[in-house]
Amino acid sequence: MKVSELIEKLGLTAFTGAVGVEREIAGGYTSDLLSDVMGNAKEGNVWITLQNHMNVIAIASLKELACIILVKGITPAPEIIEKAIAEEIPVLGSNENTFNLNGKIYALLN
Amino acid sequence: MVKLKYDIEGGNFNRAGNASSQVKRVLKQLNIDQRLIKKIVVALYEAEVNIVAHAYEGTMEINISPEKIDMILQDKGPGISNVEQAMQEGFSTASQKVREMGFGAGMGLPNIKKNTDLMEIETSVGVGTTLRMTKYLNNVE
Ligand SMILES: Nc1ncnc2c1ncn2[C@@H]1O[C@H](COP(=O)(O)OP(=O)(O)OP(=O)(O)O)[C@@H](O)[C@H]1O
Ligand SMILES: [Mg+2]
Repeated sequence: MKVSELIEKLGLTAFTGAVGVEREIAGGYTSDLLSDVMGNAKEGNVWITLQNHMNVIAIASLKELACIILVKGITPAPEIIEKAIAEEIPVLGSNENTFNLNGKIYALLN
Repeated sequence: MVKLKYDIEGGNFNRAGNASSQVKRVLKQLNIDQRLIKKIVVALYEAEVNIVAHAYEGTMEINISPEKIDMILQDKGPGISNVEQAMQEGFSTASQKVREMGFGAGMGLPNIKKNTDLMEIETSVGVGTTLRMTKYLNNVE
């Protein structure tokens, strides 16, 4: 599935517009601990988190993750969006909590 | 032989990862195996962030030859009083502020160990720390 389809199916907010939405998704990883993500997330993963700062973009870019999804209506600051666009990492948002969002994405991907 | 060197600023989380990301770019240009690049990047990022989170300032030096990449991260900082303890998964002295950002799981050094072939820490309390890592480039498992 492409990031664009996930946005459409779940009604996600695309803070970075059309940037990177053609990326193909291969599974996902959910964690708010950055070195857990660094050590265990895989290329192409959707990353579900409530962490909302510059290092999240750096990690997603270094790990070549498909996109970041911020839970519970969290909105990233403009400089974060700017960096994400520069790194071509889609940053998306959902009003759902982590449990519900995980369940929905899991069902869509499996 | 390709040699790279970057400065790392302690405490500046906005720039943390920049040096690792530049090295990644070079490794890609050199056509190094993707699987190796992924592991090298994990180790470099964790080492870079440790300087940002725990030290005052430091440098990242990279030497790439056809058979291996040597990485040296040297900092001025508090040093590590018990390296064996620091290497344990879950051990962290990260401040509350740093933990709120999602650092401080105590997984950085274990991540480095898992993703490199050689890892060596030389440290002096109150002076600083030197971390040396090697990844062999002809050994993709
Ligand atoms: N360059 C350094 N200077 C001083 N202390 C360090 C340095 N690197 C690591 N340490 C010490 O070793 C501990 C463990 O490091 P490690 O990278 O495994 O975990 P962390 O940085 O605390 O958390 P995480 O990496 O999971 O975000 C640190 O909390 C710190 O006490
Ligand atoms: Mg660390």
